[in-house]
Amino acid sequence: MLRYIVHRFLVMIPTLLAISFIVFVIIQLPPGDYLESYVAELQARGEGVDFDKVAFLREQYGLDQPFMVQYAKWVFGLLQGDLGYSFEFNLPVNAVVGDRLWLTALVSFATIIFTWIVAFPIGVYSATHQYSAADHSLTFIGFLGLATPNFLLALVLLYLANVWFGTSIGGLMDERFIDQPWTMEKMMSILAHLWIPVIVIGTSGTAGMIRRLRANLLDELQKQYVVTGRAKGLPPFKLLVKYPLRMSLNPFIADIGSLLPEIISGAAIVSVVLSLPTTGPMLLDALRSQDMYLAGSFLMFMALLTVLGVLVSDLLLAVLDPRIRLEGSAVK
Amino acid sequence: MTDRPMPDEARHYVAKGAFDPYGVDILTPEQERYYLASQWKLMWWKFKRHRIAVISGIILLIFYASILVSEVLAPYNQHTRHTDYLFVPPQAVHLFHDGSFVGPFVYGLKTNLNMDVLKWEYADDRSKVLPLRFFCMGDAYEFWGMIPGRFHLVCPPKGGQLFVLGTDRLGRDMLSRILYGARISLTIGLIGITVSFTLGIVIGGLAGYYGGWIDNITQRIIEVFRSFPHLPLWMALSAALPVTWSPLVIYFGITMILGLLDWTGLARAVRSKLLALREEDFCTAAQLMGASPKRIIGRHLMPSFMSHLIASATLSIPSMILGETALSFLGLGLRPPITSWGVLLNEAQNINVVALYPWLMLPVVPVIVVVLAFNFLGDGLRDAADPYK
Repeated sequence: MLRYIVHRFLVMIPTLLAISFIVFVIIQLPPGDYLESYVAELQARGEGVDFDKVAFLREQYGLDQPFMVQYAKWVFGLLQGDLGYSFEFNLPVNAVVGDRLWLTALVSFATIIFTWIVAFPIGVYSATHQYSAADHSLTFIGFLGLATPNFLLALVLLYLANVWFGTSIGGLMDERFIDQPWTMEKMMSILAHLWIPVIVIGTSGTAGMIRRLRANLLDELQKQYVVTGRAKGLPPFKLLVKYPLRMSLNPFIADIGSLLPEIISGAAIVSVVLSLPTTGPMLLDALRSQDMYLAGSFLMFMALLTVLGVLVSDLLLAVLDPRIRLEGSAVK
Repeated sequence: MTDRPMPDEARHYVAKGAFDPYGVDILTPEQERYYLASQWKLMWWKFKRHRIAVISGIILLIFYASILVSEVLAPYNQHTRHTDYLFVPPQAVHLFHDGSFVGPFVYGLKTNLNMDVLKWEYADDRSKVLPLRFFCMGDAYEFWGMIPGRFHLVCPPKGGQLFVLGTDRLGRDMLSRILYGARISLTIGLIGITVSFTLGIVIGGLAGYYGGWIDNITQRIIEVFRSFPHLPLWMALSAALPVTWSPLVIYFGITMILGLLDWTGLARAVRSKLLALREEDFCTAAQLMGASPKRIIGRHLMPSFMSHLIASATLSIPSMILGETALSFLGLGLRPPITSWGVLLNEAQNINVVALYPWLMLPVVPVIVVVLAFNFLGDGLRDAADPYK
């Protein structure tokens, strides 16, 4: 087991390095840099530009150095927890992002839990009542959730909550808690606001989860040991829970790897519509204004969250399934 | 079964009569047709039994046929502005006026500026009965941007307007814009899937056929790509497209971006299928006869898993359509004057729209229908892809 964990951690390192390189290439892609657009903006406003200052800033931020040097500096900064400097806000990125990273992780985590809670009973019911009316309608609703663009659903829910409850459900906490220290009340306020984004983001992933659980359980239910058990007179509920359900649980955990990128993608756009204090809206602004280090650290964080999620799911799988633990890799 | 010799005591029954080799094999014509059918024919039969998939296929065919003649189907040109008719709610098309049959017609529009809320209000003018015109000359357009024409399937009545799905903030007809938008939204998925299909087959094919270090490297690359959340990466890449590019070039840029991130799933499928198939006897036989890898992959291996690939490609088109919609909604994707469903939804960005002009959200209906149809079609294709099961 220990060997497997160490191996899994070692594999993660080159993956993260490659990801950081891709992120850095992408944030360097737009022609020009922030200082150039800044100068252009100043000139457009008819203000004088102090080119000495611009040159000083460029040297200060290392924008005049070759690509690889900039990349190396950035990565070493990341390792020490220094995310770089946000040009737009004129502050270190660390100070700008504040709680956003943790709130993003919180929203993603809550959504995964939500997806599980919803998908599990529905998937089991659909599999045990295959081709019944309820199976068909549940599958259809799942598909509908898959096909509806998240952002529009968020918009409509925002409107409905306004009409029915007369409250604004945008944001992730009451306004009076913003920038306040963490207290019990603030936590409760966040929990009260969390359910809308969680439902909206969860809709797209739930459908896929239901389908996979249903398919797995159906495969399992056709196997001979189930027939044997039934022939020997096991009660139906026990027959279902004892073996087939346990066998079909593996994908639930293995799927975190494919579910997480989906959820983080969904969260990015939903949080723009609902104006959540997470990474999504700020990433959008940073991309628009070419605030490269800010955008880079958000992209990096989202990728890191996914890699960590996959790691956790692999480790959990290894705990659950001795085949993986002993052979050192996932069984496909 | 083992090769161990049977002990002598194990006696078994031997039939006494002469063996007739044709005795067991008498097939009904029905069975014969089935056994002699080619693989593709079997798939078609199996697919036909999946009713929802067939219906979805027909719906998609209608959608794709409509983009060939969008200009003729749309009652107006997509850019025509009716400055007297801003934010008109959808108009109803009636058949009966005061109990007598008139044929399809609309009532005239009464406009009134409500000074309390500073909003134009529109009401039916029941004294004006305006029958629609069919197969008529209307707004000028350029067919596929080349051939000028004025012929429409249905035109607004003389002296009136026809806004079946309402108008937007510039007084442009929503129905026409949705019809024109279909051309962009539907093709973006097709071009994107072509890009990712090609990449997936080539890369997955190389990895699967050669194995070894090529396979290892490809696997690592795929892992890196898969651990990126797609949308933020799409956002970053499309934000990197220079603003100076023309809308058409941006369109191709976006399709490339959508395709470039999507190939990993296909490459994985190709690789695992190839790894399994290259151990088969027919593959060894071809190798011994001196066939080149290119010939073996293209001629012997590819046909045996093509059907699976087509099915999984169909299932990944919806995510591209949704991706484009999301990008354009955020203002990072396509830009006007190019019209796609996402660009249209960009107008429905805040809660005021939902409250005051809900018909601006209508472009989401075709998005949902198309995505659902592709999902059901893909399901049907996947079931049919293995007709022997």
